[in-house]
Amino acid sequence: MANRDQPVLEARDIEKWFGPVQALKRVNMSVYPAEIVALIGDNGAGKSTLINVLTGVLQPDGGQIFFQGQPVHFTTPHDARAIGIETVYQDLAIAPHLDAVANIYLGRELLRPGLLGKLGFLDRKRMKEETAQQLSRLRVRIPDPERRMSTLSGGQRQGVAVARAVMWASKVVIMDEPTAALGVAQAGMVLDLIRQVRAQGIPVVFISHNMPHVFEVADRIVVLRLGEVVAELDPQRDSIDDAVALMTGSAKAGAATEVA
Amino acid sequence: MADARTASAQAEGRTRRELMRRLNFQSGWVFLVLLLLIAVFTVREGGKFFDPVNFRNIALDASQLTLLAVGATFVIITAGIDLSVSSVLVFSAVVGAKVMVRLSGSPEEVRNYQFPNQDIGIPVGLAVAVLCGLGWGLVNGLIITKLRLPPFIVTLGTLGMALGAASIISRGASVPYVPYDVQTKIGARRIFDFMPVLVVVTAVIVVIAIIALHFTRFGRYTFAIGSNAAAARRAGIDVDRHLLKVYAVSGLLAGIAGAMDIARFATASVSTHSTDNLNAISAVVIGGTSLFGGTGTVIGSVIGTFIPAVLRNGLVIGGIQPFWQQVVIGAILIVAVYVDQRRRAAEERM
Ligand SMILES: Nc1ncnc2c1ncn2[C@@H]1O[C@H](COP(=O)(O)OP(=O)(O)O)[C@@H](O)[C@H]1O
Ligand SMILES: [Mg+2]
Repeated sequence: MANRDQPVLEARDIEKWFGPVQALKRVNMSVYPAEIVALIGDNGAGKSTLINVLTGVLQPDGGQIFFQGQPVHFTTPHDARAIGIETVYQDLAIAPHLDAVANIYLGRELLRPGLLGKLGFLDRKRMKEETAQQLSRLRVRIPDPERRMSTLSGGQRQGVAVARAVMWASKVVIMDEPTAALGVAQAGMVLDLIRQVRAQGIPVVFISHNMPHVFEVADRIVVLRLGEVVAELDPQRDSIDDAVALMTGSAKAGAATEVA
Repeated sequence: MADARTASAQAEGRTRRELMRRLNFQSGWVFLVLLLLIAVFTVREGGKFFDPVNFRNIALDASQLTLLAVGATFVIITAGIDLSVSSVLVFSAVVGAKVMVRLSGSPEEVRNYQFPNQDIGIPVGLAVAVLCGLGWGLVNGLIITKLRLPPFIVTLGTLGMALGAASIISRGASVPYVPYDVQTKIGARRIFDFMPVLVVVTAVIVVIAIIALHFTRFGRYTFAIGSNAAAARRAGIDVDRHLLKVYAVSGLLAGIAGAMDIARFATASVSTHSTDNLNAISAVVIGGTSLFGGTGTVIGSVIGTFIPAVLRNGLVIGGIQPFWQQVVIGAILIVAVYVDQRRRAAEERM
């Protein structure tokens, strides 16, 4: 496939320091169209930091990000969102006092047509309808889209957060530990959502340290250890044991494809 | 037939729930407290209390505090606080009154209570009062967002600064020689020969605030920032800009209340309103707005303003020491916060 050559999103030689701690060491990673890339690593490996750099939450201290082959500089999360990269952050980033509709449209509120819209009046009806459609299309079931998020279960909240990302992403969806706090059925729902996104041709970067989840959905696995990409695995060929060994550093990247 | 009836009953229930949710009317019990107070005083005092003219006076007395409470509602929903409003009110009144006197005639003329230029002096003086409030609000907002300092500290600072500045400008005394037309023609003006124009202005502002908070993007951002500022920021909302606006609104409303002070009393003095900031905050909290941010209503704050106003009025009419009002309001405040915490805990558990 031609687009195999052209990553949608690419990180080249990314470095990030927190004071004396180097959280990312010349990290290279590419995301190609319609694939699910899993990013795995032990706690503190730098997964969230890499995501934050890719989405404009943090500025890299070195290296370059490319979007569809062009160098880009994201100075705020808004910049990344503006070109179609949506993120489900590990800490959820939902407003618990607001309902699902308000959260899905947060920062992108639909306004009423005409003068009322100019005065800032919200088009609640349209937002509500489109939220209901989106949620049912993704089979995210919540009791009432106009109930406060704080009254929903963890899985339901995560469903809304994922639905929001999927609703607005046109190029890439990034999910940081979306299944971490979930039960089996709820995690299954989120994994299903990830496959639905890929089916629309949109690549997903999926971060997790739940190996069964990773091996269930990923097309490709990037292993991060102490701020470095130590290997790239093929879930068809490599095993969970390989992945764990690489994550914890008990094996050098021998069995798997070594990263240059 | 029966199906249609259940369907319509369901629809009705849904509409009612929808309405409750839109007004976010968590403060239902406070409204009952207000109704109870009115009922008790009506039974005890009869027509002396339950009288349109008496209600009008209550509304007039509560109008300035209502404006401060409306501003405080927006601020507290963002999980902020504005302690400065009482001093900002006084500063606005003093500066507005000074400007009004200066523009209305020469020093000799005003000392003889002649105000040849009052047609300019009065409107400009009132406008200056309003703008002073807006100015202090912007100062608060800028310091909080640019220097990243806690609103409590910043507005505690400006509380002292505005009062000190007002005292310097007025030399600690009431501003003299304010043209009394501001009182007779504006402060005491009534609409339909009944409703004081100040009450009407307050009511209009309350309605605008309700609409802005519950039906516009401005209100949506206010809730979102108080609920989770980091989430709001990641969603692309310019949080600092919005907070600046919210503190500006709080200051602006304090400025309008300051202009009302000039109109009501034809003077301005630094020795008044000193606890209005805390009274406004307590009204907001009694009205069901959470000090932790993310939730609240304007209508609740209005009710929270009227509870002490009605209580004081009824006690005075009944010949009971009005100081009881402070005791009772303090207790209600504590109960209100307890109820809020219980509700939050219950919600988290679900
Ligand atoms: N904001 C921060 N300030 C200082 N150190 C940080 C910050 N964020 C992450 N780190 C450090 O960077 C390293 C990588 O963290 P993180 O990206 O959160 O790892 P992961 O998501 O893989 O668990 C850790 O050593 C962590 O302590
Ligand atoms: Mg992490």
